[in-house]
Amino acid sequence: MRELRVYEAIAEALAEEMRRDEAVFVMGEDVGLFGGTFRATEGLMAEFGSRRVRDTPIAEAGIVGLALGAALAGLRPVPELMTMNFAIVAMDQIINHVAKMTYMFGGQFDLPITIRAPGGGGTQKGAQHSHSIESWFVNAPGLRVVAPSTPADFKGLLKTSIRNDDPVLFVEHELLYSMKGPVPDEDEELLIPLGRAETRRAGGDITLVAWSRMVHESLKAAEQLAAEGIEAEVIDVRTLDPFDWDAVLGSVARTRRCVVAEEGWRTIGVGAEIGSRIHETLFYELDAPVQRVAAADVPTPYAKGLEQAALPDADDIVRAALKITT
Amino acid sequence: MIAPTDQVKMYKLMVLIRRIEERVAESYGEGKIGGFTHLYIGQEAVAVGAISALNHDDYVIDTYRDHGHFLARGGDPRKFMAELFGKATGICQGKGGSMHLADAEHYFYGGTGIVGGSIPIAAGLGLACAYRGDDRIVMAFFGDGATNQGVWHEGLNFAELWNLPVIFLCENNFYGIGTGVNVSSSLSEVHKKANGYGMPGYLVNGMDVLEVRKTCEEVVKLVRGGSGPALIEARTYRYQGHSMTDPGRYRAKAEEDLWRKRDPIPRLAKHLRAQGICDDARLEEIEHEVEDVCEDAVQFALDSPDPAPEALYEGMFKERFAGDPHA
Repeated sequence: MRELRVYEAIAEALAEEMRRDEAVFVMGEDVGLFGGTFRATEGLMAEFGSRRVRDTPIAEAGIVGLALGAALAGLRPVPELMTMNFAIVAMDQIINHVAKMTYMFGGQFDLPITIRAPGGGGTQKGAQHSHSIESWFVNAPGLRVVAPSTPADFKGLLKTSIRNDDPVLFVEHELLYSMKGPVPDEDEELLIPLGRAETRRAGGDITLVAWSRMVHESLKAAEQLAAEGIEAEVIDVRTLDPFDWDAVLGSVARTRRCVVAEEGWRTIGVGAEIGSRIHETLFYELDAPVQRVAAADVPTPYAKGLEQAALPDADDIVRAALKITT
Repeated sequence: MIAPTDQVKMYKLMVLIRRIEERVAESYGEGKIGGFTHLYIGQEAVAVGAISALNHDDYVIDTYRDHGHFLARGGDPRKFMAELFGKATGICQGKGGSMHLADAEHYFYGGTGIVGGSIPIAAGLGLACAYRGDDRIVMAFFGDGATNQGVWHEGLNFAELWNLPVIFLCENNFYGIGTGVNVSSSLSEVHKKANGYGMPGYLVNGMDVLEVRKTCEEVVKLVRGGSGPALIEARTYRYQGHSMTDPGRYRAKAEEDLWRKRDPIPRLAKHLRAQGICDDARLEEIEHEVEDVCEDAVQFALDSPDPAPEALYEGMFKERFAGDPHA
């Protein structure tokens, strides 16, 4: 199978959906002429022109609001927030408007809007440019939240998100953009359903639950654990809303132990919810309490050593796993 | 020249909004309506004059003081009252309430409870018109308070930048809750803010429905013709407090009395009589017809069922998944 980098997989997904449906268009800061700050919209301006690939002012609330209005009127916008950090600027539009309008208007309107948002830390971008805040959006009902980890999943889940008639926040970790991986040929329609987790590695001793970049740290951790004779099952949940509870609870029911790894802050993170659900559902079947691996509860520091100490990695996952397996 | 039949329609619509709002106030007092309820009494000429200048399939979007616009757009008074009563038969099935009336059939994209929040969305509706190249336009209603919000600026900037067919219609009633426009806005003559975006700004007397209609017709024609967005400031006054819980102590009695003398309804009645379009008997008849509509709407709301408990998890997503709450 051919290999693509994540940013190429995204650009290909966008191009395919734009060819397929005239209502699909892209808008955002530097998405056109510049080709996207992470190259994820490269080539789109040349093929589709400035009507469907729209460079915008630096006005994130406006970008989301315009996309919402266009969606209300029947288009299928794919706005890009240059980074997830700027979603905070657009929070009122995302939470009070995009996430509410279907329900509070009694289901009268479809909102087929897919907001792409690159984010995450690990490259010394400091406190305001290192956010992994998907938990904020999962906490607000009315949004789908998708956070892929491989090039094929980026492509397949983005295409599905665009075709979905509900609003989707599409979380892209910046450190994954240059990652290469197998992606089916262009003539093969790649659509991956929302709400289905993927088992990245089978194992019977412990379940590691992760999404986005932490899937790769979990896989590294699983190799280290294997060297100690512990076989970890790695579940990539892929979409946080809808969430594949059956897959996670099914795996933990077998392994009886679980570590949840996320790059977001620990306190009231997505891991807290996953751990809590596991405890509520499988308490008497567990051999040990669910462990959380997450970012330290501080603004992400700039200095390399401090940043590494703040963000979770494979070693942290191994330590958490060993705590409940030995 | 506005056709006499249109003038009568506009008159009837203003009376309907006035009387139905009185019924809303009454029902609110009886505890049948909850939450925030912002009455449109006093401002009727703006919604009626402006919306009557639009086509059926133009887009309208609104702020939280949305009763008048919903009805002026052709919304069903029964579904309106049932929504306020929180009933299953409401226009939003009882999930929206007073501030969140929307009506897909009439291209009415609803009230938002966040001041200024609808402005970039209005530009987005305009973007869809421009994108498709159809000849629809957008009309966005908001108050003077919205013009101090950041997203208001973003919306107007986008609209002018991309030449979008949007009419931004500010109902300047001089107060954002209890704070005057003169102490909250660097430029209290709202229509002049249009200059900052290079778009035309218009000032109209929002207490004169015929003037509102006339100006809006002209602006609609320009905007539909591709001239880009425009800002209209209609100066008007809400007779009641900001919401049902506001006694309005921050306003002088003399000021209120002055504006009540400019009431748009007697003003149009006088004109209709003077022009020989309606006599007193016809005006009286309109009152009775409106009274019947209001009574019917309240009775319908009273008789309607509450939303079923199962409705709680319905209508959030178009596509549902196994992991959803109560999927």
